[in-house]
Amino acid sequence: MIKLIGIIVIAAGFSLRLNALLVVLLSGIVTGLVSGMSFNETMEEFGRLYVTNRYMALPIVMMLPVVGLLERYGLRERAETLIRRSAAATAGRVLLLYTGVRQASIALGVNIGGHAGAVRPLIAPLAEGAARVRYGSLSKAMVERIRAHAAAAENVGNFFGEDVFIAVGSILLMKGFFEGLKIEVSSWAMALWGIPTALGAFAVMAWRTHALDRHLTREAARATEDANPKDA
Amino acid sequence: MSLISLSSFYVLAGALMLATALRVMSDKGHARRWTTALFWGLLGASFAFGGSMPPAAVGYLVLGITILAASGGVRASHERTTAREERLASAQRLGERLFWPALLVPVTAVVGSLFFGRIRWHDVALVDSANLAVTSVCIGAVLALAAGLRVTRAPARAAVGEGSRLLQAVGWALILPQALAALGGLFARAGVGAVVAGLVERALPTQYSSVAVAAYCLGMMLFTMCLGNAFAAFAVITGGIGVPLVVHAHGGNPAIMAAIGMLSGYCGTLLTPMAANFNLVPVMLLELEDDNAVIKAQVPIALALFAFNLLLVEFCVYRF
Repeated sequence: MIKLIGIIVIAAGFSLRLNALLVVLLSGIVTGLVSGMSFNETMEEFGRLYVTNRYMALPIVMMLPVVGLLERYGLRERAETLIRRSAAATAGRVLLLYTGVRQASIALGVNIGGHAGAVRPLIAPLAEGAARVRYGSLSKAMVERIRAHAAAAENVGNFFGEDVFIAVGSILLMKGFFEGLKIEVSSWAMALWGIPTALGAFAVMAWRTHALDRHLTREAARATEDANPKDA
Repeated sequence: MSLISLSSFYVLAGALMLATALRVMSDKGHARRWTTALFWGLLGASFAFGGSMPPAAVGYLVLGITILAASGGVRASHERTTAREERLASAQRLGERLFWPALLVPVTAVVGSLFFGRIRWHDVALVDSANLAVTSVCIGAVLALAAGLRVTRAPARAAVGEGSRLLQAVGWALILPQALAALGGLFARAGVGAVVAGLVERALPTQYSSVAVAAYCLGMMLFTMCLGNAFAAFAVITGGIGVPLVVHAHGGNPAIMAAIGMLSGYCGTLLTPMAANFNLVPVMLLELEDDNAVIKAQVPIALALFAFNLLLVEFCVYRF
């Protein structure tokens, strides 16, 4: 039971809004100490795992100079101009289309997109541009809501498409796990049973992006009403 | 042996961080100039040289980075970028050419994943085939940068400045994913998972087959929220609840259970700040004010999908 103290440190630290990096490190140190490692050994293990997991930051860091450079020369503004040509575009429809493309491509084993590579330079500006065409100017809260949904569209498209492809990490992990226990499980069966949830995820995104558009329309109407009161 | 491997890109990424440290140092008006520069310097060192340092030294380095970040010693420096009018003008001038570099990254990622692994001269491979996907994205980013510099005719200095501006916008959240992965490793070594699985087993009437499979999916979601990683949760919860109760005791189909269980874990990933690379890094990248904005947008999605998964698994796992 004492081994769960690390999880309690995480829960307490996050709810007190302490610096997340500090909370994670504290939790690691406490967990190491209660399971019989010395402070030095805990630091060594943490350092070793930190180094082997450096690859997680690479796609973001490597993308930043080119994304920043293109933004400096108007990439986001150009994306907004481009979306103005499409009369049917709304913020929600742009994001739903992105989720669909992301799901379909990753289901075929093609991992395109990402928060640094696609959402910040292209998808969020396209969605904001579509909303700006429709509602004129956008309030800070509206922009924040569109961007948060753009990040959600990326995550949902990424998570709920990949398990349909048999060579993806998660299917290989499950297959390997069952092999270790001598249980016969086919990769094809697991990929097949990922399809209903993939379709379900697209349906849920269709609902959420529609809700986003309705919310934006309401917010925009309220803003215009505030600007020109009816009885004035 | 391979010509291009992840370690080449660790050095490049580390170099960008060290350049950021230098830029912060030369920003005379910066209120926390020295601690911020030290933070980026240490971070750059952990990336560029972490592979050849003793692990304990890296551990203490990360401890130092964390203390600097948590004490409020790290602030973004003043990086000048263009004004909206200038950007509109250059967007008008460059037009659709601005998109080509950005699209080069997914194209290289696809081509690279398919073909880069096969290019070799005798026993020298072009890329390290062990990390093909990440390596291809990094190669794509470098090609895109070259194309971007050509299209915009900007000096390379501008790319470093802009990269450093965005790097500072992300800040310490950048290394949160790998710190969390390290924590997951420590949890696994300490045997935290087995304790959690034991607790679930004791708390719920798992002699009913429908309760057992519901406990499995719920366990996947909740444990993923604790660890921030569905893969780590899978081994623990499937070994502790899935295989002994759903498969062996009640005769459920392991393929259906595992596939839907993993996807229930992903619902947990949508809900937790522990999945920093998916839920917190985008908050910084998109410059959102509310740290939980992405998670809040995902709550209805995650709950609806979890309910869908639960119905699906209850209906199918003992039937097929």
